[in-house]
Amino acid sequence: MISRADVDHVARLARLTLSDAEAERMREQLAAILAYINKLRELDVEGVEPTSHAVPLVNVFREDEVQPSLPREAMIANAPEPAGELFRVPRIIED
Amino acid sequence: MTTDLTRLTMHALAAAYRAGEATPSQATEAYLARIAALDTRVGGYLTVTAEAARAAARAADARLAARRPLGPLDGVPLALKDVFCTRGVTTTCGSRILEGFVPPYDATVAERLAAAGAVMLGKTNMDEFAMGSSTEHSAFKPTRNPWDLSRVPGGSSGGSAAAVAGDLAAAALGTDTGGSIRQPAAFCGTVGLKPTYGRVSRYGLIAFASSLDHPGPITKDVRDTALLLGAIAGHDPRDATSVPEPVPDYVAALDGSVAGLRLGVPREYFTEGLDPEIARAVREALEVLRGLGATTTEISLPTTDYGLAVYYIIAPAEASSNLARYDGVKYGLRVPGRDLIDMSSATRAAGFGAEVKRRIMLGTYVLSAGYYDAYYGRAQKVRTLVKRDFEQAFAAVDLIVAPTTPGVAFKHGEKEDPLAMYLNDVFTVPVDLAGIPAISVRGGFSATGLPIGLQLIAPAFEEARLLRAAHAYEQATPWLERRPELS
Amino acid sequence: MSAVATAAGYEVVIGLEVHAQLSTRTKMFCGCSTTFGAPPNTQTCPVCQGMPGTLPVINRRAIEFGTRTALAFDCTVNASCRFARKHYYYPDMPKNFQISQYEEPLAEHGGLEIDVAGGGVRRIGIQRLHLEEDVGKLVHEGTLETAPSSLVDYNRAGVPLMETVSQPELSSPEEAAAYLRAFRAVLVYLGVCDGNMEEGSLRCDANISLRRRGATELGTKVEIKNLNSFRNVQRALEFEVIRQAAALDAGERIVQETRLWDADRGYTRSMRSKEFAHDYRYFPEPDLVPLELDLAFVERARAALPELPRAGRRRFVEQYALRGAEAATLTGSRALAEYYEATVGAGAGPRPAANWILSELLRVVPGDDEQAVRDSPVSPAHLAGLIRLIDDGTISGKIAKSVFDKMAASREDAATIVGREGLTQVADSGALALVIDQVLAADPKLLADWKSGKTAAENAIVGQVMKATQGKANPALVRDLLKEKLSKT
Ligand SMILES: [Zn+2]
Repeated sequence: MISRADVDHVARLARLTLSDAEAERMREQLAAILAYINKLRELDVEGVEPTSHAVPLVNVFREDEVQPSLPREAMIANAPEPAGELFRVPRIIED
Repeated sequence: MTTDLTRLTMHALAAAYRAGEATPSQATEAYLARIAALDTRVGGYLTVTAEAARAAARAADARLAARRPLGPLDGVPLALKDVFCTRGVTTTCGSRILEGFVPPYDATVAERLAAAGAVMLGKTNMDEFAMGSSTEHSAFKPTRNPWDLSRVPGGSSGGSAAAVAGDLAAAALGTDTGGSIRQPAAFCGTVGLKPTYGRVSRYGLIAFASSLDHPGPITKDVRDTALLLGAIAGHDPRDATSVPEPVPDYVAALDGSVAGLRLGVPREYFTEGLDPEIARAVREALEVLRGLGATTTEISLPTTDYGLAVYYIIAPAEASSNLARYDGVKYGLRVPGRDLIDMSSATRAAGFGAEVKRRIMLGTYVLSAGYYDAYYGRAQKVRTLVKRDFEQAFAAVDLIVAPTTPGVAFKHGEKEDPLAMYLNDVFTVPVDLAGIPAISVRGGFSATGLPIGLQLIAPAFEEARLLRAAHAYEQATPWLERRPELS
Repeated sequence: MSAVATAAGYEVVIGLEVHAQLSTRTKMFCGCSTTFGAPPNTQTCPVCQGMPGTLPVINRRAIEFGTRTALAFDCTVNASCRFARKHYYYPDMPKNFQISQYEEPLAEHGGLEIDVAGGGVRRIGIQRLHLEEDVGKLVHEGTLETAPSSLVDYNRAGVPLMETVSQPELSSPEEAAAYLRAFRAVLVYLGVCDGNMEEGSLRCDANISLRRRGATELGTKVEIKNLNSFRNVQRALEFEVIRQAAALDAGERIVQETRLWDADRGYTRSMRSKEFAHDYRYFPEPDLVPLELDLAFVERARAALPELPRAGRRRFVEQYALRGAEAATLTGSRALAEYYEATVGAGAGPRPAANWILSELLRVVPGDDEQAVRDSPVSPAHLAGLIRLIDDGTISGKIAKSVFDKMAASREDAATIVGREGLTQVADSGALALVIDQVLAADPKLLADWKSGKTAAENAIVGQVMKATQGKANPALVRDLLKEKLSKT
């Protein structure tokens, strides 16, 4: 069953700050959903191929031809903190 | 001009344009006026692009006056779910995290509609990132059901369905990942079609679950669905999962008969969870179709009961990945933080609503080390079984007829428990997993006067067959005569 | 103190992971240009910036380049492969996942031959080869640790990368460097990567562990990042061998960790104090469909393979009678091998052509820089022309060297320079006889020695004649004239 430590670990992987109350509520809700999802264990899937695409396409390519890039101004227009021609981010600390 | 132009279907409006009885500008003004008067109550729109709509309408006026329309959609006022990127027009996907985001590109479907001359009235409300079945999970406001404002319009394309039902747009586009076109279409009494996966390009559709997202039309009648599908379907080199199959003339396909069509009725869809009124409506619909010469047989889709569990693994897993990009670095919301991790985590905490966070957590969990095989791997295998169920069924029948939803539109705030909300999608989800086309049409009314959705399901790329049967049914029933009283 | 001496009691086990930027015109999944050095954020689009709703589409040429490389490394190209998403957060990665390959890579099970100490050859196994997209570039204001903020340039985000992982079969830092050299040569031969390590077109990480000689159990593996030149690969690994050996000698345990090579300070340092357990949450990329490369595709790629460095080297030894080391240098880059063959094709003898390229051309052109060799100021035809002037006696070998330098400076051909500057050897016997007479008249002792038949005296006379003619005299003719003169006296 999903523990509070699991929730905290997953929240860190998912880059989500959760308050204590939120994390606890999340644990309860995830536990209920996972209990429901676990009904899949009833099925025998031995030898069944997984489906990751509903439509069986293969080998879809584009040619190696240069298309115009978007003007820098258009790309940076949406930046929360533009820094001239670059995007600024706060101090990086490895986790 | 005596007719209210906003009451017309797209094809009727186009006919009025051709006959010189109305102009795109008149229709556009009528819609803008109605939106201004009524949308504060319905809440269908997040953004109304009045000036751009007027300019597009004037251009269409000129083309029609010169008898050179771009096609049957020229000058027709439409709405787009806010999940579709629109160049220069704010696109939020119903989320705070994208508040103020103005894409420098168009979704392929938006581009195709513009090329067909359609007039975009604005962007419609939706559950945040298309996660929800009630449009209560929009970060900005709830949308109300035009048939009963105390009820939800369904979701996640609730804004689109409510706009079409409330005559606030001639038609709209939505997306269906677990039922998000068909369920709101059912709740709002419109037509909603989820095409075959790969039939309509996903480029520019803000991803929820990439292997399950399907763009499709929400319209006032089946003929309009055929028209709109024809305009947006077809191969797109920018979407590697889009299929290079030719697009048939869906409007022409409406004229065929349904005599001899073999209809399958899945036993598993008629369980105790199904509202008896809806069960009765489906049985009556089968009666109507038999009267038109179709035959019906009971079939079995044994894994129906597992579809939802598969869906609630695959969709959150893909969503957790697709939504990783919203980190406060490149676009959208940023909440300041002492360092990068702090900033991103705070931004995501403030920018995503509870339902989105829940699914991101669930998806991250099922993909994390040690759980992949037990959850995601297994879900993909069961997805194969769900797909096989349909393939086996279609060996014996041409179409499947089923209810769209287990119940009619519920009240705002009625389904607080996430799992109870998820169960709403039990009849729509398996079709998304299989990637096959399905349509929801108006199949009657409850005693309380709420629309009931009838779902028809076809094999992959058999949209024409689906539309033909749905059209025949629509023509043979009186349901479209009723309309919600808004004003 | 050499690494080998310090680690005498240990066996070194090294594996290399090389990331090569493919020389495609456009990025892996969008049409943006891959040209190096463009102003920041000018080569991006909604797709490579990971904007909402955008979708990747595979660059066909990247798959062709990957397949070509796989075949050159003798790998099995998988009949079916697919892309997967690898998740981790970093601001230079727009989607916060990288489209890569995981369980189903493009190719597996290959190998690469390298030269080892003592003249032998070893085949180093290649585990897998897969394709992925590169990340953008972070500019820190100061160092990463102290910068108050960092800036992101996404130009490089989405450039195709080919990752190749060797088996842990390299047994010394020298072998690791040799592997990387051989690896680079193959890529450059294939034209799939420019091999420019300074611009980051080729990047290398290493895994290294030590175990006591004779022990069967593998030692603890340490990963070293940021090895961006042949020299740094060798230096970093040498440092690491010494560090690990010293630790083991002192009875310490090696910590499994990632260390960063600091080339300026010449040491490796731990990247993280606590080891973060990565959880990449791989799953098949739903926006892309699988690849099923049929036999015809693979065979087309095989047919298009050029001659590879090792085969070229063997052929050069046989066909041109070169020494192994000479052939190895000449085939070290495709451009240089082509240069050599073009020179021979233009009429130069295989031996002088090799000598001139190895001793003179490589003095003015860096041999491992393909483009520099192709743009060499002395073309193969011009070099062959110069050799011809020596062969037919028009100029002396000594003059030829200065002519070569002038050719390199002016891009003119040899004959033009020789003609303009009057560098032709004096081959007029009348004029030379006069000079000989002057030389003999000026030094009676020399004349006497010569007459008495001393070889040294003849050499001295020739030397003085050369000097008097500023090197333009044809020495063979001078000797002939001297013989003639002696016979007459
Ligand atoms: Zn791009």
